[in-house]
Amino acid sequence: MNTHTLPRPKAPLSKAPLSKAPLSKARLSKARLTKTLLPETAPRAAFGQIVRNEARLAWRLPAGLIFGAGLPVLLLIIFNEIPSFHQAQASLGGLTAFDVYVPILIAFVIAIIALISLPGPLVTYRDQGILRRLSTTPVPPTWVLAAQVVVQFCITITSLLILIVVSITAFGFDASKNPGALVLAIVLSIAALFAIGLCIAAAARSGTAARAIGAAAFYPMLFFSGMWFPRELMPGVLQDVSNITPLGAAVEAIQDSMQGQFPPAEPLLVLAGYALVFALIAKRFFRWE
Amino acid sequence: MRTQAAVEISHLSKAYGNVVAVDDVSLSVAEGEIFGILGPNGAGKTTTVECVLGLRSPDAGSISVLGLDPGRDAGELHLVVGAQLQESALPAKLRVGEILAEYRSFYREPADVGELIDGLGLAGKVKDYYRSLSGGQRQRLSIALALIGRPKVAVLDEMTSGLDPQARRDTWDLIESVRDRGVTILLVTHFMEEAERLCDRVALIDAGHVVALDSPAGLAARASGGKSVRFAPSAPFDDRLLTELPEVGTVIRNGSHVVVTGTGELVNVVILALATAGVTARDVQLDTSSLEDAFVKLTGRHLHEEGIPA
Repeated sequence: MNTHTLPRPKAPLSKAPLSKAPLSKARLSKARLTKTLLPETAPRAAFGQIVRNEARLAWRLPAGLIFGAGLPVLLLIIFNEIPSFHQAQASLGGLTAFDVYVPILIAFVIAIIALISLPGPLVTYRDQGILRRLSTTPVPPTWVLAAQVVVQFCITITSLLILIVVSITAFGFDASKNPGALVLAIVLSIAALFAIGLCIAAAARSGTAARAIGAAAFYPMLFFSGMWFPRELMPGVLQDVSNITPLGAAVEAIQDSMQGQFPPAEPLLVLAGYALVFALIAKRFFRWE
Repeated sequence: MRTQAAVEISHLSKAYGNVVAVDDVSLSVAEGEIFGILGPNGAGKTTTVECVLGLRSPDAGSISVLGLDPGRDAGELHLVVGAQLQESALPAKLRVGEILAEYRSFYREPADVGELIDGLGLAGKVKDYYRSLSGGQRQRLSIALALIGRPKVAVLDEMTSGLDPQARRDTWDLIESVRDRGVTILLVTHFMEEAERLCDRVALIDAGHVVALDSPAGLAARASGGKSVRFAPSAPFDDRLLTELPEVGTVIRNGSHVVVTGTGELVNVVILALATAGVTARDVQLDTSSLEDAFVKLTGRHLHEEGIPA
């Protein structure tokens, strides 16, 4: 064959965005990062499909939904039935026990979803080779992680809306004194706890291990949120410790905003710090197989 | 005619700690070919294809898949290469149809799902949960996901392990029809029958090395050093009648039977030579050696000694 006169056969991949001008070195790492997270090769619609299937799985294995949304509302109803919970108490700084517990239940919802529901599927997907299979498709496995975060975030917000709406409409709780601060406090709490949850997903080697680590983190955190012993009644040292735990800071920030104040910088910074540090740890140590 | 190589592996090496999994493997898969990588467990087959898929980075050597470097161009690579890996499950509580819809959305020009699952005998399973599928059905779904993006190269790692004989044959038919559409197939297997039935060429891998690379028939012939034909002559004849033929190696008399070994068109030349001497060969049996024999001869052990992976 006289190959020298033949035009070079068209590459079979001409549809793929291969033929780009050579990138300069400075642009290369940024380009590669973009390519890794948002490759042009995978249609954006794929992300929607992944989210849809992750949402189906959350619905079909509803332990997270039951404990995340159901249990706190049940507790709310029980607390409402206790007459003394509606009396302002000097030991609680003039608040009623009900006032104290609504923020704690909000923190409970966020923590149980972030520490139990979020890492579980991710660890199972890695354990069973689902992430490995995905890494042979044009879709980056980070999309599954992102989809899981989106789905669990939506479940958290829905659960919190149910909790807050029930406490306002059924029990006459006034949560709307500083809605902007409340949203900020809740969003920062979710960011901090989700980052910790992703670290559990990075560290655990099996679904069982993830549940064990999640529970081991959950109960001490819950103690410091004041679930069994309100923060206002804790001795000074425990209160100091509580202030720097994720749920202690979350309860402080949420409670302050519910009482109409803008929360002090300290709990917000504590939450932002947890979010940042644990997100970086998760990013550094997450393994896809 | 070999045009351009779809997969080109040169001097690939990969070790895990002190354990060398792949040691200086070179092979070239032509476009449109079904290429088999055959060897016992732990021979380095899976590591080799994992490097081809960009899931592992080689310690040494280079790989080119349709001109792409799996390490550098993973995004583009995964558009044109479909893979079915061992031991990769799917979420238990997703339905088959939902899984197919998700994986289909990953590609801009996906395959026709209906056609695909028909070919794999999964048409009636679309509404079933993944966890309710049998091992063979899961395996076939896995193959469907490898082909759903209409890849130019499909990498199938032990695709028929766990399938019953009928499902295995159906899968072979499907793979042949996929190849007929021009897809290059890199098949990892330890089933001799599968390699003999499907593969144009086979690389025998043992302990990280390519021991031999040829067509299945070529490998078998190379291993036995030829063929042997056994027959009962209708009348006595002189051995020299046959030993003088260039194709014939040895002539051994075994009771009423004669066993002739040799190469080439052995049966034809033997029968022709006997006929010219007025002798008819009855009860002719041709003994061709199989790929299994080739493997034993080349590596000194049986493929199945290690058992079938779970």
